[in-house]
Amino acid sequence: MTKQTLDQKLAILSDAAKYDASCASSGSIKRDSRDGKGLGSNEGTGICHAYAPDGRCISLLKILMTNFCIYDCTYCVNRVSSNVPRARFSVDEVVKLTIEFYRRNYIEGLFLSSGIIRSPDATMSDMVLIARKLRQEENFRGYIHLKTIPDATPELIAEAGLLADRLSINVEMPSDAAVREHAPEKDPSQIRKAMGDVRLRKEAANDKSHTGKRPPRFAPAGQSTQMIVGADGSNDAQVLGQSTRLYSSYKLKRVYYSAFSPIPDSSAKLPLISPPLQREHRLYQADWLLRFYDFQLDEITSVTPDGNLDLDIDPKLAWALAHREMFPFDVNRASREMLLRVPGFGVKTVTRILTTRRHRMLRYEDLIQMGASMKKARAFVVAGGWTPGTLTDSANLRARFAPPPEQLALF
Amino acid sequence: MYRAEISSIGAAIAWRKAARGFLSNAIPPEEILWGEGAVVPDLFGQEATAPPIGEFKVPRSFVALADHVVWHSDPSRFARLYALLWRMRRERGLMSDRGDSELAHLRRMEKAVLRCKHKMKAFVRFRELGDPEAARRSFAAWFEPTHHTVEPTATFFVRRFADMDWRILTSDVCAIFESGDLRFEPGRPKPNLPDDANEQLWVTYFRNIFNPARLNVQAMQSEMPKKYWKNMPEAAVIPDLVASAPARARAMAEAAPTLPPLRAARVQAQLPAANPWWQGTVGDLPNAINACTRCPLHENATQAVPGEGPPSADLMIVGEQPGDQEDLIGRPFVGPAGQLFDQLAAEVGLSRTTAYVTNAVKHFKFTAKGRRRLHQRPNGAEIAHCQVWLRAELEQVQPKLILALGVTATEALLGSGEDILRRRGSIEYRADGQPVLITLHPSYILRLPDPTLRARAIENLRADLRLVDGWLAKSVSDQQKATV
Repeated sequence: MTKQTLDQKLAILSDAAKYDASCASSGSIKRDSRDGKGLGSNEGTGICHAYAPDGRCISLLKILMTNFCIYDCTYCVNRVSSNVPRARFSVDEVVKLTIEFYRRNYIEGLFLSSGIIRSPDATMSDMVLIARKLRQEENFRGYIHLKTIPDATPELIAEAGLLADRLSINVEMPSDAAVREHAPEKDPSQIRKAMGDVRLRKEAANDKSHTGKRPPRFAPAGQSTQMIVGADGSNDAQVLGQSTRLYSSYKLKRVYYSAFSPIPDSSAKLPLISPPLQREHRLYQADWLLRFYDFQLDEITSVTPDGNLDLDIDPKLAWALAHREMFPFDVNRASREMLLRVPGFGVKTVTRILTTRRHRMLRYEDLIQMGASMKKARAFVVAGGWTPGTLTDSANLRARFAPPPEQLALF
Repeated sequence: MYRAEISSIGAAIAWRKAARGFLSNAIPPEEILWGEGAVVPDLFGQEATAPPIGEFKVPRSFVALADHVVWHSDPSRFARLYALLWRMRRERGLMSDRGDSELAHLRRMEKAVLRCKHKMKAFVRFRELGDPEAARRSFAAWFEPTHHTVEPTATFFVRRFADMDWRILTSDVCAIFESGDLRFEPGRPKPNLPDDANEQLWVTYFRNIFNPARLNVQAMQSEMPKKYWKNMPEAAVIPDLVASAPARARAMAEAAPTLPPLRAARVQAQLPAANPWWQGTVGDLPNAINACTRCPLHENATQAVPGEGPPSADLMIVGEQPGDQEDLIGRPFVGPAGQLFDQLAAEVGLSRTTAYVTNAVKHFKFTAKGRRRLHQRPNGAEIAHCQVWLRAELEQVQPKLILALGVTATEALLGSGEDILRRRGSIEYRADGQPVLITLHPSYILRLPDPTLRARAIENLRADLRLVDGWLAKSVSDQQKATV
């Protein structure tokens, strides 16, 4: 076999990483290299340096250290039984690629994941070595996200957390049964223990010692996880239930939902449908309502007929349509909590409404000016010069938002 | 009529200076013609004749707005800003009125500048100019911003790329950073920058990180408009990627094998159901408890929390179930309730280290509420499923006395947890004759909102704990009598 070039390896190992949904580079501590002794900065907010034609942001150099893997997870293109071409970066190659890409302003940093070779510990210690070289030899101050191997020893995860901005451990599937079926070598309780360990270490790193000295920061951008949606039979209520528990148990920054996408050389066990992108989108919307709009899980899931979110309309609109007796709200009087429940009003719009109405009465036109989507909101609010009248309760209200029925092909 | 020429380099400071001059001389907006020029004019050095109107304070939010809007490419920006400033003399709350249409226009301009700055941070592509082995490497980029954003964005590149020399060249203004010093020069025509081998690697990465099954050109273009493409090396391959995506996705689907039914998993999941009483060695018990999937609680908890303590302890303390901290750490009674218990036990001279401490239910049961986990009492079925482990622990330790904390423990040990407040402080016996001292659970005490009730409950628990030593001493002497 001829030796692979760096370009060939990069092609294989970035292709292998493209099913990872995460690419955020935000939420970490601020750093820069103004002292002239290092390279890179972190501004708190992430930067998307390019967009792929699938519409997804490219912020980090997202690669696998290797796509050789001893595990046989059915949904994964890199499982041991797959026939994809294999490659493996050396530690120095990953370091060099990261630094050279960063200097040319292509990326915000590195997202490193890996297939599991030899043993979980051997794989994890190579990943830690890469992060250590970047931080200590190259004085790299950009973003590092390490996908940790849950079975690795806690000491390795502890070191990873001191070097990386963010750690993630994938729960992979919405239920333990699905993990056991599709990823037989992975142990759901081991995954949870690893997440719990990260939370405890992060909390311990926040406690000042009796001398007032702060221990070194541990994964300052927190931890995240990824769940594959649409590969097993779980419904959205189960998916969201799982993520709510993950948020509360391990204080996760994000749960990523990855619509199961057909992979080359797929396993016979998984459906090869086009990825349920709309479902993924609705799950993110619902996740957002849970985290930023103070919705409770059962409020969102109780308005779904079969535990699955409505694909035609967003979850907030679905909730409002099912609770029309509560509407319309008066934008000049309603509380912040109530306004946040109006479809078409975002957090920013609500803040603008609240600051402006201290000075004067709000009219319908003002709401448009403030960025509210009145096409959605008009049926649910009262404002100066506007009342929805019978619109709120009209029978065809849902039809105004849902896309028109499609003529099915005859053949 | 007055005329103000604002230079293209240093516009923010020049506009502020000019506006302050006009305003303090009470010159209304309609009498000023604003222009853009390369020269910095000295506007009011000598000419100002009208008496100043005195100090005029503007809200900080206006300064922030103006500092962005001055970089917009619209020639009317200076006049619009000044007109708003003029109005602000009379309309006090103007800056917080989100419905004002002129302010809204300026906000949109500000947003356009912020977006342009952001896109510049993202889409500038450096090429290496000099020797890669040099102590200070050198890079350059050609960029075409929509607004005049080179100057306000340059500091970002200073913070990020301080250990190398770089220049961002545009036809508007050029930012040049050499040996740690930043300077601006007038714009220039597009230069020929040398090829850079890393650019090919970057294009390879861009090609392969794209998933053809998720093609969404509209989402890409809304964030990366075509106007930026010609200076981004990776954009050259986009048309080919888009055109070949449907065929690639189809090929993946057609190459796929057919599917087995998904129900096999459900059958497998029922396997560990039966197995009424556990039989194993002492050392295996914690692992066996950890692997327990007898009830659904294991799916949500981090780990099972087995009991701990001397295997031949005289006293066994049984609590309800692990809480948030116990669930993460994997040891019983380390959370707030455990700490209260330790404190009260120490007060009556009872040491927890000599006792075996465990819970009636080994997995944490909770509901997730936002970022918190709210404890939930285990139900009868969960208590019943977990009996296996409690029983195994009882058989191994064979304590002389069991201390049942609260309703759940009492139910698990004696079959019923009803009427706990009346039964507390008394000893009842299990079917096999083991004595159980019933008392309150410390977490029940922690949840009592009324301070007097809480104080009384604490006193009760303390009194119950005092009974423990007496009972243990009595049972030892009873045994001695029996053996004699």
